[in-house]
Amino acid sequence: MAEIVIKNVRKEFGDFVAVRESSFTVEDGEFFMLLGPSGCGKTTTLRMIAGLELPTSGEIYLDGEEIGQRPPSERDIAFVFQMFALYPHMNVYRNLSYPLVSQGMPRAQVRAKVDEVATILGIKDILKKPVGGLSGGDRQRVALGRAIVREPKAFMMDEPLGALDAEFREHMAEELRALHDRMGATTVYVTHDQLEAMQMGDKIVVMNNAVVEQFGTPQEIYDKPATMFVANFIGSPSMNFLNFQGQVAAGSNSVMLEGTELGVPVLRDGASGELVFGVRPEHITLNDTGAYRGKVIATEYLGTTQIVTLNTPNGDLKARIASDQPATVGETVGMDFNPGTITLFDRGTGHALRSALNEGVLAHG
Amino acid sequence: MSAHSITEPSGRSKWVAGTLVITYALITMIPLAWIMLTGFKSPADAISYPPKVVFEPTLEGYVNLFTTRTRQTDDFLAANPPENWADEIVRQYDMVIVGPSKFGERFFNSVIIGFGSTFLSIFLGTLAAYAFSRFKIPLADDLLFFILSTRMMPPIAVAIPIFLMYRNLGLSDTHLGMILLYTAVNISLAVWLLKGFIDEIPREYEEAALIDGYTRFQAFYKVVLPQAATGIASTAIFCLIFAWNEYAFAVLLTSATAQTAPPFIPTIIGVGGLDWPAVAAGATIFLLPVMIFTILLRKHLLRGITFGAVRK
Repeated sequence: MAEIVIKNVRKEFGDFVAVRESSFTVEDGEFFMLLGPSGCGKTTTLRMIAGLELPTSGEIYLDGEEIGQRPPSERDIAFVFQMFALYPHMNVYRNLSYPLVSQGMPRAQVRAKVDEVATILGIKDILKKPVGGLSGGDRQRVALGRAIVREPKAFMMDEPLGALDAEFREHMAEELRALHDRMGATTVYVTHDQLEAMQMGDKIVVMNNAVVEQFGTPQEIYDKPATMFVANFIGSPSMNFLNFQGQVAAGSNSVMLEGTELGVPVLRDGASGELVFGVRPEHITLNDTGAYRGKVIATEYLGTTQIVTLNTPNGDLKARIASDQPATVGETVGMDFNPGTITLFDRGTGHALRSALNEGVLAHG
Repeated sequence: MSAHSITEPSGRSKWVAGTLVITYALITMIPLAWIMLTGFKSPADAISYPPKVVFEPTLEGYVNLFTTRTRQTDDFLAANPPENWADEIVRQYDMVIVGPSKFGERFFNSVIIGFGSTFLSIFLGTLAAYAFSRFKIPLADDLLFFILSTRMMPPIAVAIPIFLMYRNLGLSDTHLGMILLYTAVNISLAVWLLKGFIDEIPREYEEAALIDGYTRFQAFYKVVLPQAATGIASTAIFCLIFAWNEYAFAVLLTSATAQTAPPFIPTIIGVGGLDWPAVAAGATIFLLPVMIFTILLRKHLLRGITFGAVRK
């Protein structure tokens, strides 16, 4: 198993830049998520690691060795495709044994290895079947089996759960994570589903428009977003953005919104002009006395919690509060924001201002 | 009564459709049946009017097709009794068989040239189609259009330049010359048809093979080719049918060594003019290889024609 280092990798298709100078590190044994909306360059990045695309510039290191321009067959990386890409003219056994046969492994050894993998994945009873008639879940398992059978240095997975129906995805996600924990294999996983990324990943890279927006653990990315894009993309409902004009100085720990002083983590950067006050829905509490006030315009009941939409002088926001707490549409209420969790953004650049909350995280990016 | 179904045709519409198909099949088969029956008629029956539907079958046509015969004196005939059934048939015209005709040779030429050019068209066509389908080729669209443009006129329109060119290159009346010519005519069809088929094969299959440790060529050979079998089979049938039946170039460019069956068959002369039963026998035998080839690949052909119509 291996560490993967991506260094200033860039990929152009003609005039189109699919990935702009990107760098991140996948540590040995990590379950690593490449997350972003479609067309952001995440699949291209994955394909470059696997060797299905060659980077226009930059380096890719696998286990300390530069492999950026090598053909896929010389990289010892396995790939699970979204549509599985099982060889349709072969049965399950031959699909699983195919990567071993290419290495010239003796027949008896191939048989033993395929048997072992089939046992792990629980597909021993379908080895003789053609792949055409398999259910989605079994196809997925065979595709995984084909990837793990030759014990590669790392796994690349391109939205492997995308082709499964919602109910089964959940189950397969657990199975996949359990398989990863059991084998301890370095895995790079592409998804556009932020919940999947948070649920399964040890680390997440968020990409948008061909650039890496942020790279860190799910907690870091959720609590300390580096850009407005990340703050908006991660979380459901996403982070609230309250726009305001103003000036903040390095070292201060509050901002003024509509004449109300709101606490924020101690700022390391100063800024002025168009700024954004970012707060997660669960860090808002409603009360009668709060100085910052807004009008309730909608409530959504979600069982243990409810989402309350409020109209404030700085824009609409959504608060996640306990569902037994009363909130009536049309009522004007006060709000408190948990000061330690606030992120301020520069509206022009979309970047977060450095503060006591996120200074360690932003150093990455 | 079974429940009414929207998708399943009713009994009556099935019956109407069946009748129409059978009627159409019978009409199209009449010329074929005519040729096959004529092959078993005597020369007199073959040209009788009104045509005879019921007649006494004879293998005369087939004997005449495969042999050369000479007229002999009564003394010679009396001294040499017929050796076999074929001999007996020709004796009724006071003739004896002196050797095989050129039909076997011409038929064999057809096999070599027909299958040879089909193989070459498919071989080159598959490689070219794969390249067009998978790689970024500069001016790919223009090249494809250029390849297709070779079919925008009837091939025979360029007969004279080809005739002169072949004479200068020493390709006239050679197997190689005919194989190259038919390949040149068929290759555009092969490239275009096969490109369509290969485009339908997801790239992920090859990418999976590349990841699994195979080279690009191995991935093509072991993964793409089996997937493209349907397309290759139907393309091969179209190529073979053209090369097998081609008449004009064969008349123009071949005369002895490389002459194929189509220009040979109509030249079979019998007693008192064209020997129609022998011509019909030749046509019947000539039909067989393409028919067998098509029947063998029928399953692929049917799938090939409707391939890609429905997204799986």
